[in-house]
Amino acid sequence: MHIVDGTLSLPIIAVGSTLAVGGLALGLRALDAERVPAAAMLSATFFVASLISVPVGPSSAHLIMSGVAGLILGWAAFPALFVGLLLQTLFFGYGGLTVLGVNTLNIALPAVIVGLAARPFLMHPRTGIAMIAGGLAGGGAIALTAIMVALELALTGEAFFVSAQGVILIHIPIMVIEGLISVAVVRFLRQVKPALLVSSRRTWV
Amino acid sequence: MTSLAVARLPALSLSHGPQALIQTLDARMRLAAAFCFAAFVVTLPGLAGLLAALGLALGLVVLARLPLLSVLRRLVMVEGLMLVVLIMLPFTTPVAGPNDLLLQVWGLQASWSGLWHALRIIVTSNAVVFAMLALVGSMPAHQLVQALTALGLPERLVQLLALCLRYIDILTDEYQRLRHAMKLRGFQLSCSWHCYRSLGYLVAMLIVRSLERSERVLAAMMCRGYTGRFPVAQALRMRVRDWGFVFAFSAACLLVGIWAWSGALVR
Repeated sequence: MHIVDGTLSLPIIAVGSTLAVGGLALGLRALDAERVPAAAMLSATFFVASLISVPVGPSSAHLIMSGVAGLILGWAAFPALFVGLLLQTLFFGYGGLTVLGVNTLNIALPAVIVGLAARPFLMHPRTGIAMIAGGLAGGGAIALTAIMVALELALTGEAFFVSAQGVILIHIPIMVIEGLISVAVVRFLRQVKPALLVSSRRTWV
Repeated sequence: MTSLAVARLPALSLSHGPQALIQTLDARMRLAAAFCFAAFVVTLPGLAGLLAALGLALGLVVLARLPLLSVLRRLVMVEGLMLVVLIMLPFTTPVAGPNDLLLQVWGLQASWSGLWHALRIIVTSNAVVFAMLALVGSMPAHQLVQALTALGLPERLVQLLALCLRYIDILTDEYQRLRHAMKLRGFQLSCSWHCYRSLGYLVAMLIVRSLERSERVLAAMMCRGYTGRFPVAQALRMRVRDWGFVFAFSAACLLVGIWAWSGALVR
């Protein structure tokens, strides 16, 4: 979810933005000039994927696919997801300008964490284990994002305590569905383009 | 599928007809002004000052000659989950005293202070988004890229953004083709593993195709002598009218600020 301007307290915005800048710097360092087109193309892919709406029970939600972004891009997921978020903000008015750093951190940090954790298992000889790793990465990224949003809200003020718990509850079904879809993505990529998933130092993509 | 209409980047088509004053101003300045305005608005105390800021932002929208209706339509006040958080705010803010009690339903107490808080957030976020759409939303992609470079964003990040902007449309077409193919084979959205798996394969297919495309693009870029830099067409420069806008806009913000802070001090 996109937090909007005026919600969070200034110290949280300051800390979040600083961490986001740090993450961007690390992500850009991992991105060589030759990998820029690939990362940009994936950035655009995740932007398009975020417009796909999926049924969640009687309601529907939009895909985020940050877990898959982390699996494929590693640290480079940070700048890639930032670009998508910046475009959503500038052109659609989602989120806000002062909370851009915080929103980036909320999406990109979980993506990088689950990406680094689950990546080594994606080419495991047993397909089942790879699929489980993919599913945990996809669902885990959403879970971490929800926890971060909830923490930021709760730290902003007592008035947001209940909402913070609500944010986590609402994300549970989204988490399950992102996990299931990530399982399918990993299974497909293993069969169609395994080279994408082979671990090689930090030069992913 | 309706959301696909949104996927077309609206910036390139938002304003029609002759260029409004704002569109002719220096792109760096417009971008910087949007960010400064946002920082200014979130630090304003009190609803009155925020409403004044919202008025200022609406003034920018008029000045930019954006079609007001289409801006309003695109302006989802606060989307999805955030809306839930805001609606809950009056109920989740502890009632400070008997005067603070707004209403009582089923043992739930809503407070005035919570309601004002929610209103402040809504007005703040809308003021920022209006100003941003007016200042930046009508900017052509190449100017945005140039402005971000000039403002000191890392070159590689800007390249990422430039290429991403370029390929969103193309990948949206690709997505639509895949989606049509699925539809022709009888695919329907449902809450089932089959549906999620199909969507997962769809996303994975998009990833594979986009990476293959990126290999071709990189090869083409190399052929044209890409060394990690993009050449810039023309330099940006601040003219008299740009400085004029800076002064006028700052003065307006200053007035709003003085009003907001004096009101806050009186109270």
